[in-house]
Amino acid sequence: MSDVQEAPPRLWTPNDDTPTSYTREDRAVHPPMDDPGYKSTQYRHPKQPLVYVPQTLTEVTGPQLGAERVHGPLDADLTRQHEGMPVGQRLLLGGRVMDTEGKPLRGTLVEIWQANAAGRYRHRWDRWEAPLDPNFSGAGRCVTDDDGRFAFTTIRPGPYPWGNHHNAWRPAHIHFSLLGRAFAQRLVTQMYFPDDPFFDYDPIYNSIRDEQARRRLIARFDIHGTVPNWAQAWEFDIVLRGPGATPFEEAW
Amino acid sequence: MIFPATPSQTVGPYFAIGLPWPQGPNAVDPADPRAIRISGSVLDGQGELVPDHMIEVWGASPDGRYPDVHAFGGAGPARGFRGFARCGHEGGDGTFEIVTLKPGPVPGPGGAAQAPHLAVSLFARGMLHRLVTRIYFADEPEANALDPILARIPPERRATLLAQPADAGYRFDIRLQGPDETVFLDI
Repeated sequence: MSDVQEAPPRLWTPNDDTPTSYTREDRAVHPPMDDPGYKSTQYRHPKQPLVYVPQTLTEVTGPQLGAERVHGPLDADLTRQHEGMPVGQRLLLGGRVMDTEGKPLRGTLVEIWQANAAGRYRHRWDRWEAPLDPNFSGAGRCVTDDDGRFAFTTIRPGPYPWGNHHNAWRPAHIHFSLLGRAFAQRLVTQMYFPDDPFFDYDPIYNSIRDEQARRRLIARFDIHGTVPNWAQAWEFDIVLRGPGATPFEEAW
Repeated sequence: MIFPATPSQTVGPYFAIGLPWPQGPNAVDPADPRAIRISGSVLDGQGELVPDHMIEVWGASPDGRYPDVHAFGGAGPARGFRGFARCGHEGGDGTFEIVTLKPGPVPGPGGAAQAPHLAVSLFARGMLHRLVTRIYFADEPEANALDPILARIPPERRATLLAQPADAGYRFDIRLQGPDETVFLDI
């Protein structure tokens, strides 16, 4: 090998534990963009196929918003953001954010939002005839700890009707937004509760074709974390994309 | 792989109670003399505005560095530059506006430079998963011609990724369907 090409200069040295590429998204896990059962997808999904591109520095870096978005413990306690207690069953909602190799994602922002116990969102477009709760806003934020754990105190949201089809009701759910540590890991999802009677009729839950994948969105009751005469504990783990096989510099 | 990934679900119509914040649309102080404003509309397959969308952008600084604290350069490259902007409104009208710095070139595959660009995530009611695209700049024709990601995109569709210089910044519209459907990326 006399004709060795000089390697391009590496502008930055990644930390040892920071992936320089991520696995591609598993199409069998995520819902399709076009789902006839969920009517609003009709004019909101691209008709052209996605263009496959390699990951670059752009996709393997990402924002860390914790310091800007989380101002104190009350941000993670949705039951103490007003003068009184909100109506509803009090929940200690915890879980781990990790990647597909089980490695915890530390210091990453977790944002949640939800309806109140009557299934009503504090949002001007929510016209469901159920009462707002003056003691509940329905939004929370926290940053994961060294084990990748998050912890919220909130109330169990109610299900609510919507206009997708005759007698459509959304199963009770809490929305989750995850930044991970890279643009490639960004995820928005919803957490459900076991045995919801509306599962069978909900096109959003069922947009995930794989039953095992759907079940991963269901929180589990945690008897050990439950605080007597105070709050139920529920666990919901979130798994984001893990490290890919090759560094992004070599991905082509 | 040991743990299977968590599936995506739609952001729904009510994300505004939890996700936007007042400074979210500004990746940099709008008073910064280098700040650029990028505004546009998100349009559905019937040409209607999508009022309940949320857009996020991620971009490098003018010297081509990402403010990523975990790696790739250590501390943030430019004081007061977040690199990230999020725009979505309760009672939105289908338009967005973000303020950031115009990114510099960043390395791409094999060390070849990428043209200045912003990574974009788009969320909305009726979208079960985010859509990913990129904003390039129409006033960077030489760099765009050499960009390795743009090169993967059919030439007749590349214009959908070009922000056009406009009054006080750039304009970038996103069309979810139709003859000028925006190119969306599988990353």
